[in-house]
Amino acid sequence: MTDAATETTSGTATGQTAGAVPILETHGLTMRFGGVVAVDDVDFSMAEGELRCLIGPNGAGKSTFFKCLTHQYKASAGRVRFRGTDITGSHTYQIARRGIGIKTQVPSVFDGLSVHENIWVAARRHHGRREANRIVDEILERLRLEGHARRVVGQLAHGERQRVELGTVLTGEPELILLDEPTAGMTHEEVNQTTDLIREINRTTSLIVVEHDMQFIKAIAERVTVFHQGAILIEDTMANLEKNQQVRDIYLGKQHAA
Amino acid sequence: MDTAALLIIEVLNGIASLALACAGLAIIFGMMRVINFAHGEFMMLGAYTTVVCTKTLGINIWISMLIISPIVVGIIGIIVERTFIRFFYGRMIDTLIATWGLSLLLIGIVTAIFGNIIEGVSAPMGSFEVGIYNVAQYRMVLIGIVILLFIGIFLVLTRTKLGLIARGTMQNPAQASVLGISTQRVYMVTFALGAALTGLAGGLLAPISQVIPTAGAAYVAQTFITVITGGTGAVTGTLVASGVFGTVRQLLSYEFTPVLGGVGLLIVAVVLLRLLPQGITGKIFRRSL
Amino acid sequence: MTVLGVNLRNWETWGTILVGIAMVVLLFAGPHIFDLFLLFKVTLFVAMAILALSMGFIWGYGGILCFGQSAFYGLGAYTYAIAVGNIGESTAPFLLAIVVPGAFAALLGYFVFYGRLSDVYLAVVTLAVTLILYNFMRSTAGEEYVIGAQRLMGFNGISSIQPINWPGDGSAWLLPDEIFHLAMFCLIACYFGLKLLNRSHFGRVAVAIRENELRAELLGYDVRLHKLQTFTIGGAMAGLAGCLGVNFNSFVNPDVFALNFAAEIIMWTLIGGLGTLVGPMIGCIGLLMLKFEIGQQQITNTYLIFGGIIMLFVLLVPAGLLPTARQLGERYLPMLRADGAGDGRGREAAQ
Repeated sequence: MTDAATETTSGTATGQTAGAVPILETHGLTMRFGGVVAVDDVDFSMAEGELRCLIGPNGAGKSTFFKCLTHQYKASAGRVRFRGTDITGSHTYQIARRGIGIKTQVPSVFDGLSVHENIWVAARRHHGRREANRIVDEILERLRLEGHARRVVGQLAHGERQRVELGTVLTGEPELILLDEPTAGMTHEEVNQTTDLIREINRTTSLIVVEHDMQFIKAIAERVTVFHQGAILIEDTMANLEKNQQVRDIYLGKQHAA
Repeated sequence: MDTAALLIIEVLNGIASLALACAGLAIIFGMMRVINFAHGEFMMLGAYTTVVCTKTLGINIWISMLIISPIVVGIIGIIVERTFIRFFYGRMIDTLIATWGLSLLLIGIVTAIFGNIIEGVSAPMGSFEVGIYNVAQYRMVLIGIVILLFIGIFLVLTRTKLGLIARGTMQNPAQASVLGISTQRVYMVTFALGAALTGLAGGLLAPISQVIPTAGAAYVAQTFITVITGGTGAVTGTLVASGVFGTVRQLLSYEFTPVLGGVGLLIVAVVLLRLLPQGITGKIFRRSL
Repeated sequence: MTVLGVNLRNWETWGTILVGIAMVVLLFAGPHIFDLFLLFKVTLFVAMAILALSMGFIWGYGGILCFGQSAFYGLGAYTYAIAVGNIGESTAPFLLAIVVPGAFAALLGYFVFYGRLSDVYLAVVTLAVTLILYNFMRSTAGEEYVIGAQRLMGFNGISSIQPINWPGDGSAWLLPDEIFHLAMFCLIACYFGLKLLNRSHFGRVAVAIRENELRAELLGYDVRLHKLQTFTIGGAMAGLAGCLGVNFNSFVNPDVFALNFAAEIIMWTLIGGLGTLVGPMIGCIGLLMLKFEIGQQQITNTYLIFGGIIMLFVLLVPAGLLPTARQLGERYLPMLRADGAGDGRGREAAQ
């Protein structure tokens, strides 16, 4: 446990001194399932502190890309670098310890445990008992979950479970957070709150957000990467993308039509 | 030369009896995902049916083994499914304890009726000679029966309406019931079919094994391990796994001791599953049945 | 319903205190209330209760369904028998009976967890290993199967095993009531040890992993290592149970590796209630007593009655004894609800 803490701290230190090193890079990242290429030779790079959105039609490979980054899938080819360190072969838990947090598409939480316990288990990995308790209260307040603290997560609504999951992720104070459809299943009001929350998180943390909700993307996005058939189609600002005919055809057009 | 021929017969016979013992479980556990801990006792019931029909009632042994045993155990299967098993669908671990109770009950009932020992049946037909060795003809016939049996199961599951409905229902009960299929009835019929196959196995193996109330225990572990190693394609997988295990067990038994044969089977199972965690059909024969 | 659920904290605390008092009372009163024959039997029950605890821990809290917990029990038993047969003084054999099964569990666990194998696989492999040991041990009747000075004796089993002695003096054998005390002490230590462990960071992570392995990994926990540790603790504890088990009648045979015994441990846990510690102990002692009782009625058929009772039980009390008792308790005794949601009548009744 102490090892992990030092590791994270030293990681931050290197990151600060070498500001030019991208926080995350992939080179030729490829994921094949039998004959299907879900992620196809992706070269991706983002700078420290950036908030990057990934968009693309269903099946474009965004979630698979995330799973390769966190080694939930073992990539067929290519490298992943985090702050210049090669993490391609690292285990999922090692990647998490290095400071990459992920909120998965289907909320991945401890369903049988209470909200408090969910976040406590996350917090306790980094901190002592007393400090962990303090941090849990802080996170509960930040995500407006205080009222649900004693409730079993499995009984909560989808949007609330999303927030619990986000809470467990934030607790580790990761340097990069991957958010896979953070607003899915949320009410309009919850989406607005999430927008604010993501902006707030981005003050201290780099973020990659996968979303389908275009309003939400427009509200938060700086740079947007468009995935299409497993590969990066284009990377630009949201404003430019909206003018791009190719993007409109394969993705935005359909969305607007729908 | 004679020894080689004998060995081949032995191996084929080992494969056949293992596959036979597994057939019903491949349906009930492999397809329906019901952990039937009473599988061995179903076999034992099949064996008792054959013994009683032949010895007490004087019915022809072939009719007893091939027709009466499966029918009797199939009917017992229906009764058990309707009154008991159906409450446990979808609760795998509870099924384990429920069928464990059932297995003890069945042993108890059989002991109460027939006592601890019963005079067994001997194998029909004589033997033939392979060089200096005598081989029971029945063992050869058994191999043939098992081959026909598996072809039959395969055809029923792939070519008949019943088979298709059963497979569809097992894969997606909700969708099946939306399509107007009575899933309850499908489960009942499938379970009965599995039970009947198990009864048939018990009947056919009765002449070449010990018939006592607790005989089932010898089969449970081996059959479950075989079906699990077989993987998702219940029938194909079971057949392939039986092939591998039967060969290993028989060769080791021949070369060393039957104990080592049993141990060898288990070790091969452990190694196979380590290499193919999804079972044989999970990796190699995907999309098979 | 949850194990760590705050709703149950009152239950938990009171339950633990009650169980603790009951066990300590039994520890001291046991030799006075039981005659010698009964004392032997109770000692065996206590050893089995430790085995049940180990299963309740790895399965109910760690989410690891091991079909061969009896293998570790048997290894503990055989390790003690063989070691004490060679050494003649029981301190080292006693410790070996914990260490060897623990190490074996670690090895097996490494094979399974680090191989990223499925849950079904663990069940099959542990069962297979248990049956391998069964087959092997049964075939060791010949004189060539000797470890040091101790023959393995095959299916006949090793008998006249020297009982545990006071540390350091190989001739000062423990008397039956002292062995009972030792077993009872071990049970209390295991129970409260596991209670503490479950409340600790380690225990909570174990439960978290049971709930969702992926999330635990994504939070930076090494799931493989954690499961390995849980499994090893369970194996060592089962080994301890085995060591105490042989001391009950100075005898061990390969039946400790038989399928029936392996299955029975699972049944104890399910009948008592998965996800609790007391439940498996209750299930274990309940089933054993039932078996003994039925066994004593010469006329009736053990299998018939035992099987029937289990079938009825699983139909009527599917959640297991302890969780069902909790549910009933919370429904009819509202003052026991930890969230204080009990109605006024309940409170008055409590006062």
